[in-house]
Amino acid sequence: MAIGQQNQTTEEQDDADEDVVMEVRDGKVQFGMSRGQAWVLNDVDMDIRREEILAIVGESGSGKSMFAAALMDAVEDPGHLSGDVTYYPREDEDDNSPSTDQIGSYDTVGDESVDVLGMSDAELQKFRWEEVSMVFQGAMNSFNPTMKIKGHFTETIQAHNAVLDERMSHVRDLFEALHLDPDRVMNSYPHELSGGMKQRALIALALVLEPEVLVMDEPTAALDLLMQRSIISMLRELRDEFELTIVFITHDLPLVAGLSDRIGVMYSFEFIEVGNTRSLLKDAAHPYTRALLRSVPSIDSDIDAMEPIEGARPDPVNIPTGCSFHPRCPIADDRCEIEDPDLVTVDDDHEAACFYTDQARNELEYKLDHGVTED
Amino acid sequence: MSTDEPTADDITADESTTRAASGDEPILSVEDVKVHYKPGGIVKRALTDKKVQAVDGVSFDLYENDIVILVGESGCGKTTLGKTAVGLETPTEGSIKYRGQDIWEAKNDPRSADIEFTDIRRAMQIIHQDPANALNSSRRVKAILSDPLKKYRTELGPKEREDTIYRFLEYVDMMPPEDYAERYPHQLSGGEKQRVALGRALLMNPDVILADEAISALDVSLRVGMMDLILDLQETFSTSYIFISHDLANARYLAKRAGGRIAIMYLGEIVEIGPPDEILGNPTHPYTKVLKWSTPTVDPDLAKQRIQEDPPVREVDVPDPEDPPSGCKFHTRCPDAREVCTQEHPDLYDTAGESDAACFRALDSHEYWNSTELAGPDDEYDAQESSSFGD
Repeated sequence: MAIGQQNQTTEEQDDADEDVVMEVRDGKVQFGMSRGQAWVLNDVDMDIRREEILAIVGESGSGKSMFAAALMDAVEDPGHLSGDVTYYPREDEDDNSPSTDQIGSYDTVGDESVDVLGMSDAELQKFRWEEVSMVFQGAMNSFNPTMKIKGHFTETIQAHNAVLDERMSHVRDLFEALHLDPDRVMNSYPHELSGGMKQRALIALALVLEPEVLVMDEPTAALDLLMQRSIISMLRELRDEFELTIVFITHDLPLVAGLSDRIGVMYSFEFIEVGNTRSLLKDAAHPYTRALLRSVPSIDSDIDAMEPIEGARPDPVNIPTGCSFHPRCPIADDRCEIEDPDLVTVDDDHEAACFYTDQARNELEYKLDHGVTED
Repeated sequence: MSTDEPTADDITADESTTRAASGDEPILSVEDVKVHYKPGGIVKRALTDKKVQAVDGVSFDLYENDIVILVGESGCGKTTLGKTAVGLETPTEGSIKYRGQDIWEAKNDPRSADIEFTDIRRAMQIIHQDPANALNSSRRVKAILSDPLKKYRTELGPKEREDTIYRFLEYVDMMPPEDYAERYPHQLSGGEKQRVALGRALLMNPDVILADEAISALDVSLRVGMMDLILDLQETFSTSYIFISHDLANARYLAKRAGGRIAIMYLGEIVEIGPPDEILGNPTHPYTKVLKWSTPTVDPDLAKQRIQEDPPVREVDVPDPEDPPSGCKFHTRCPDAREVCTQEHPDLYDTAGESDAACFRALDSHEYWNSTELAGPDDEYDAQESSSFGD
């Protein structure tokens, strides 16, 4: 499946060819603040394709974690989520997947699709973990310190009325894929494990009920470099082995360069560029993405070409009119101040929300050079 | 601009001449420093002799206008070493000399000291990782910045003090300074807070600034800007920096721009030190190679290819620092380790290139080359990770 993944994405417009697992339309989150309404997710549209690894990249305060919360209808009060989030379960031909059996209990809208925002609390509880599950930032500290790792697994399995033995044998497979020793880890208390082991055990816990989609919010942020790299490699293997869809949220662009199939770049609470990883990194079309690539030092970039992005990030209460990047954009003109650009296709499977993508590509240079450190 | 340089007054005349005469004298020299802690609470401490060797025999020199970036994983002792180097932490063994004066002797035996301890302390300032916690949230920027001036530059009147504060705010790119001076920290962005912290450190016109992960808390797009500012001000004020980072990409940027050195730390020791091109282009120590391998690249083709590779270690997890391995501390994870590495501890040797590395492989004639190899690179690299446990 994984090999087909890269090719599958060539016909962006042809919806029939595309196997979408989750779809967000007009996703909006607003917070009432004393200074006025704050929009922390602003009319976001996104299709998440089955068995892809989608990276959501943005700086702090760009709305990327809010997007993750919206996928699970988990936006906290006083935030208010509106729009449509639709989940498409795997079609029945996959008989061996137990998760499909449970779909019947949802309010299905016409064909198999599930309206996430219309679910009751009980349905939602089932939906999270069994269909979509999430690993949070620094979540390795979310284990109960007085409970062995095994307890966390049995508790979760029993809460969802799943068959314990069957699930536990699945856990063994997961542990194997994550290079964990099941017997030792299961019988340990959280404090006895290193941060990397806890984080991996948590990924296994999130996958225990075989969800279709795994949403990860900065899952490697608190870990050492080597552990970070190892987990990244394991995620790819996990995806291939368990036919997962992974949404990986991070501020660290180089981290996902090798991991993701597609990247969505968020700026000011919306996607400003979405495309397959190679095309987006090699020739980004939005001025912000280009500026970001120029401002992030990587181990083999040309340091003389590095430049910070001028200006400050926008205030959620006071998002600039027109294109929200225009105050910081070197090629913005009057039109950008008034009109808000939509995502338009610039290449195969590559969209950007900018009127002047050609100009951006010609005038704003960046390099991914790697001549310096290659042995 | 004599008011800019408070320490110039503090340095006695003959010292400044010796300083001018011998430009190659290190400002700070760290000699065989060890810092050991007793871990655990009161009971555990009383019951065991166990020690964590947070820093274990480190030496390096810091020169005028120099920059040394300490890079390593968490728990490798880089922060402890940094704090010890600027005199905030007492070393268990070894000495730290500021312009030839042992700083702990200056503190404990002020009469025989050439430089007073308070002057030494003032010549070494710190910028912390989290700027939000480094600034008093209930005081305005102006009040935060006037404290050090009130204490150490008593000759300044209120007006001069204000002018000095405005000038330093301008140095750190906070324009207009009159506006920023009246703000509280919560009215500043993360980058602005960190610049106030930098300005505060520079107010004392220090010789050395310890920047402990000073850019890690900033947005990625602002990091290069902050590093550029630090480097620009290094030229203006001729300050030396000890920079602590876990990120090889940022370390490389700083070291390359400033012509500094990167020091790779592992379990309390510097295992390789040298200029960035040497460290990254031609790493000698296997651990440096591991760090380089772990640092992600943004080039998608290269990254895709690298993600398939197995890590160049036999074991992912770091051993327990309370019970470090014998011989070379890296031998438990090292893919090139041989029998001799388990017994003999390597010093920092000159490599063929410009760096120094603590690895026998840097020596052409060492018994290492005749020693038997330990088990080859282990595919099940997680099998032994239990060694990261205490007991």
